[in-house]
Parts: sequence; structure tokens; C-alpha cells
Amino acid sequence: MALRIFVPRDATACALGADEVADSISKGAKGRGTDVEVIRNGSRGAVWLEPLLEIQTDAGRVAFGPVAPGDVPGLFEAGFPGEADHPLSLGPVDEIPWLARQQRLTFVRAGLGDPLSLENYQALDGFKGLERALALEPQAIVDEITESGLRGRGGAAFPTGIKWQTVLDAESDGENHQKYIVCNADEGDSGTFADRLLMESDPYQLIEGMIIAGLAVGASEGFIYLRSEYPHCRKALEEVISRAEQAAYLGDNICGSGKAFRIDLRIGAGAYICGEETSLLESLEGKRGMIRFKPPLPAVKGLMGLPTVVNNVLSLAAVSTVLAKGAAAYRDFGTGRSRGTLTVQLGGNIKRGGLVELPLGATVRELLEDFGGGTASGRPARAIQVGGPLGTYLPESQWDVALDYEALAGIGAMLGHGGVVVFDDTVDMAQQARFAMEFCAGESCGKCTPCRVGSVRGLEVIDRVIAGREREFNLALLDDLCSTMIDGSLCAMGGLTPYPVRSALEYFPEDFSR
Amino acid sequence: MQSSAVSLQEIVDSALESHLGKIGALLPVLYSIQDKLGHVPRQAVPMIARAMSLSRAEIHGVMSFYHDFRSEPAGENIIHLCRAEACQAMGARKLEQHVIRRLGIGFGETTADGLVSLEPVYCLGNCACTPSIRVNDDIHARVTAQKFDEIMDCLEAKS
Ligand SMILES: Cc1cc2nc3c(=O)[nH]c(=O)nc-3n(C[C@H](O)[C@H](O)[C@H](O)COP(=O)(O)O)c2cc1C
Ligand code: SF4
Ligand code: FES
Ligand code: FES
Repeated sequence: MALRIFVPRDATACALGADEVADSISKGAKGRGTDVEVIRNGSRGAVWLEPLLEIQTDAGRVAFGPVAPGDVPGLFEAGFPGEADHPLSLGPVDEIPWLARQQRLTFVRAGLGDPLSLENYQALDGFKGLERALALEPQAIVDEITESGLRGRGGAAFPTGIKWQTVLDAESDGENHQKYIVCNADEGDSGTFADRLLMESDPYQLIEGMIIAGLAVGASEGFIYLRSEYPHCRKALEEVISRAEQAAYLGDNICGSGKAFRIDLRIGAGAYICGEETSLLESLEGKRGMIRFKPPLPAVKGLMGLPTVVNNVLSLAAVSTVLAKGAAAYRDFGTGRSRGTLTVQLGGNIKRGGLVELPLGATVRELLEDFGGGTASGRPARAIQVGGPLGTYLPESQWDVALDYEALAGIGAMLGHGGVVVFDDTVDMAQQARFAMEFCAGESCGKCTPCRVGSVRGLEVIDRVIAGREREFNLALLDDLCSTMIDGSLCAMGGLTPYPVRSALEYFPEDFSR
Repeated sequence: MQSSAVSLQEIVDSALESHLGKIGALLPVLYSIQDKLGHVPRQAVPMIARAMSLSRAEIHGVMSFYHDFRSEPAGENIIHLCRAEACQAMGARKLEQHVIRRLGIGFGETTADGLVSLEPVYCLGNCACTPSIRVNDDIHARVTAQKFDEIMDCLEAKS
């Protein structure tokens, strides 16, 4: 039997040379007459070990990493793919501490097999949640989600069960009482890649979650709104949607139940604001992505004015787990009021970055030190931005805060989509504050003045501070502008941009008077 | 790219045929044209407007709202350079200066030989091995000035 060798296929592994590695393994094996089957699996999210190569042995899978294309000949010389005593040898993959210390729910399947293979997904307990949902009444599915305590993973942490209940209860005056499921796959926050990893490493889980959502609220049509920056995801999703259609998981008669559900994949066009749900809906309707006033909520009047569930990729994926394992099992995973797991994406200047899934509640410092192993540069870490481009910059004195919604809110920060970006001591926080305003000015939808004009003014004022012109006066002006943006913006783009700016000013004032 | 035998009208018609009747067909229609031609020519706008019962201004409004649509031809290759925080933390600002120097163009511009268009991007989802750039549909990680030069040498050799 051929020896099975796994080489990940996701965008990051490929960016680090996985295609070339896979290629030279095939060639090297052929040259030696060794019978190998190279399987392109999903990524486990240990970016610092990518490309992470695994070999199936009788005793389980053993790993090598990070394997650069140039390392492959040396590996063969050391006896690969048999027992290889090589500096890149990591031993059994399940015993790599960085992975073993995680507690995975949503990413439990990531990296195990070919993510595009439906059979592989089924073999790994896939579609168990759907099976259960098909036997339940819509209200019972919604109850299950409500009881699980699942909160949206897109940023606002809104209880998913309450949202679904609203859509289930809403009357649709559309044709055939149409309602919609919209998956927010815009993943615009810099420093985040969990949605991407899920869509590339376990995409059927998202498909399953969307079908369950459709059954729960009575929607037969779903959309995935994917950002254009993710071409690898696009290919993966196109493929799995088509395979799921062929296997009758999607279509007019899902699994012979007589119920219908279809998924249409739509590609965004490079606007950050289209991650906000009402802007996203405008964009799906073919318009400029201008924010809508709320109410009405999308749950009541969403896509084409009809009741619509808008959920993040990870929220919908988690739905599969909740249904498969039961609400109680999911709920009891977390701490306090933060239920389930947290998927932190550890990035920036970090030695061992990647996706870390833990019960909510680990501290920033644990992540930085225990998982991250400090900075990539080896210099002291100085600032950590949590929660994407609109997130607060935390100085070292705040790193013992627990990563859960309530604890972070308590110090004026937010978890958002779970991005944790580390900067070393060469960072210039005045430049970071400037960038926050610049980003807002570039990405504002333009609907309201505090955001549209405030960010442009903010940029000018920070430039004057940096240039040392009338510093006191301009700092007061900047603070004023921030208050106006917080109080007067219609959405969180303008409303949260002051957070990175103010935290930079408050915790790193020395950078503004160089 | 554009084969001279296929007229713009035919390209627009085929885009319309694939998407008309769908919810929010305009974006898929624009993308479909841009995928074939590298941009959405100005002359395509009235054709789309007529078929979709939209005003030209509405279509211009949509095209200008989104960063991805172009009304001018793009270079043979599009390089997106990530300017966001996780890349900044690993030296993206310095890389940006190098890229601009090496290409001799700024963001939103195309080199005189038509080889490369340079665009900014705010995160490529490759944040744990930065700085990141995207060359057409390939992502590159931990990009240094030297690595960028190698990528460029490769593109130049291919053209
Ligand atoms: C400026 C802005 C950008 C946002 N970007 C995203 C995004 O990229 N992905 C996402 O899932 N939610 C994003 N959101 C949150 C959505 O508006 C919405 O809350 C989310 O899609 C709801 O799904 P959930 O309840 O499953 O989290 C953004 C919100 C704002 C204000
Ligand atoms: S805060 Fe900014 S992005 Fe949000 S609605 Fe106002 S102008 Fe648009
Ligand atoms: S104009 Fe919209 S908030 Fe002021
Ligand atoms: S911030 Fe550059 S890839 Fe995410």
C-alpha cells in the first residue's frame, strides 16, 4: 500500500511553498521507487510550522516542519519517508505541545484530511448535526441554538439563537414566503484568518451550518458573501458547493427530506465596510455598500426586504457542532457568560503564530508567551492590538486581561473576531494611530459626517501632532474629534476608529512627542 | 485576454445572460466582464445600463464605491501589497517603499511596460507569516525586499 503523506493546501501553506514541497516529495519518491500518495490536506493552523508535513504510520501521524522546498532532498537523505532522524522532525503530530494544548471544537477536523472530499467529511462525523436537524421541528432547532449560548463570532457577539428566533417568527411577504440565510465571509479585519482557514480546511462544516440555519428559520436560499482577497477560498467553496449539490445535500430535496436549500457564492469587491451586515446586504443587492439605518433589523427586513439571518462563517460552522453534540455540551465548554470556544488568530510580530482555539478565558499574556513564544524579531513586545483594525492597542500592563467578551469590555477593549496582533518595541504608536484614521477615511461608506469628515480631519490633526505643531492644542482637538466620532457615527466604523487612536495616545504618549 | 474576434457587446451580453434575473446581478455582471478584459470599459456602461434598467450614474456609482473595479486596463499582473497591521508589525512600511522604488509607480498605477499594476490591500488573511503580498492569485509570505526582487525577476523573465 502506498505510504500516505500529507501536505497542506491552504493559502498560507502555499504562500510558504507547500505546492513545491508536495511536488518534490512526489518526484523524490518516484526517483527512489517508493510508493507514496501525497494528500493535500487542510491546515491545522500552526502557521509557524507550515508547511507542516505529515506521514501516516501504524502508530499514527508523525510530522516534519516547517519544511521549505529546499529541505526535501535532505529529508530523503535522512531516510524519509521512513524513520528519519532530522532536525525538522516533530514526532507524533498530536503531541506537538502547541496543538495538544488547544481544545478544538470548530477546528477539530482541520488538517485531518482532504478538505474538499465529502467522504472524508462524512467519515469524520460530518453532517451529524444536519441529520439531527432534519428530524427536528424548526422551533426545536432554534431552541437548541439558544440553549447552547452560541454568540456570533463576527464581532458583535450577539446571541445567535435570539437572531434566529426573530427570523423564524417574522412573516415574509415575499414570494413563497422566502427568507434568506447570508453567510458573512467578508473577514475584513486585519489580523484575522479563522474564517479563511475554516473555509479552506473544513468547508463542508460551513455548508452544513447554513443548511441547518435554513431548516431552522424556513429559508431555502443561502448566500455566501466572500471577500475577493481570498481566491483560494473561492476555489474551495465552488468545489464543495458543487459536490454537495451532486450528493443532494444541497438542492430541491436535501437528503431526501423534501426540503430545499441552495447556496449562491458571491464575491465582494474590496470594500471593508461590506463586512457590516447592512452594507453587505446592499452589496448583495448589487448596490453601493452604504450602511442602512437600524431598525429594521436584517432579521426582520434583510435581503430584498425579507427576513434574513446574517451570520459569520464561524457562527454558522459552530451550529453544526451544537446540533451534533447537543446544546449542553457546547455551552459547558466556556467560562462565565462567554460560551463555547474562542478562536484566536495570533499574528504580526510573533514567533509561533497561527490559529489557537481554546475555551474562552485565556489571557493575552498566555497567548503571547506560552503559545506565541514571544516576538519573531526577538525584541521585547510592546503593543498588542486585539480585535482587528478598530481594536484597542494594549500595553504590557493590560496583558493579564482574559480574552472573553466581558473582561475585555471592562478595560474598554473588544474581542471582535479574535485577531491578536503583536508589535515589538520598534513600533511607532503615533504612526499606528495615524493609520487607524487613514483606514477609516479610506473605507468609510460616507453616509455620516462624523466618520467621513472626522477621519480625514483626524488624519490631518495627527500629522500636525507628529510634526510637533501646536501639540497641546491639536491633541485636545484630536480628543474632541474622537468623542464626536464615537457619539455621532451611525456604525462601528466611525464609532470604533477612535479606540486604536485613543489607546495609542493614552498608553504610549511618548510616541507623540518625539 | 481580449480576442479581437469577440466584440465588447458579445462579452457584455454573455455576462448579462449568465447573471440577469439574479438578486443583485450588477456585481457579478461587472466581475464577469472584468474577468475577461481586465477592466470594465467605459463603453460597456451604457450597454449594461440599458439591459438592467439602471442609469449610467448608478453603475458608475457602484464601480467607484468598490476598490476592485477598474475602468482602465490593468497590467499583465496585479500585485496587491498588504498595508494592514499584522504586516506593518513585520516591516510592511519598509517593504512598501522598496516596492514603489523598484516598480517606479505608486498605488493604483501600472508600470510603463504594462507588466504590473500595484494595488494596496488591507489583509490577505496571511497574518502569522508577514509581510504578505498577492501576485495575481498567489499569496507570498514573509516578503523581504530581496524576495520581492526575485518575484519581479521571475515575472519579467516570463513576459
Ligand atoms: C465596520 C464593520 C465591519 C464588519 N466586518 C465583518 C466581517 O468582516 N465579518 C463578519 O462576520 N462580521 C463583520 N461585522 C459584523 C457584522 O455587522 C455582523 O454583526 C455579523 O455578520 C453578524 O454575524 P454573527 O452574529 O454571526 O457574528 C462588521 C461590523 C462592522 C461595523
Ligand atoms: S460610521 Fe462611517 S462607515 Fe458607518 S455609516 Fe457612518 S460613514 Fe458609513
Ligand atoms: S450625519 Fe449621520 S451621524 Fe451625523
Ligand atoms: S494584515 Fe497583512 S495579511 Fe493580514
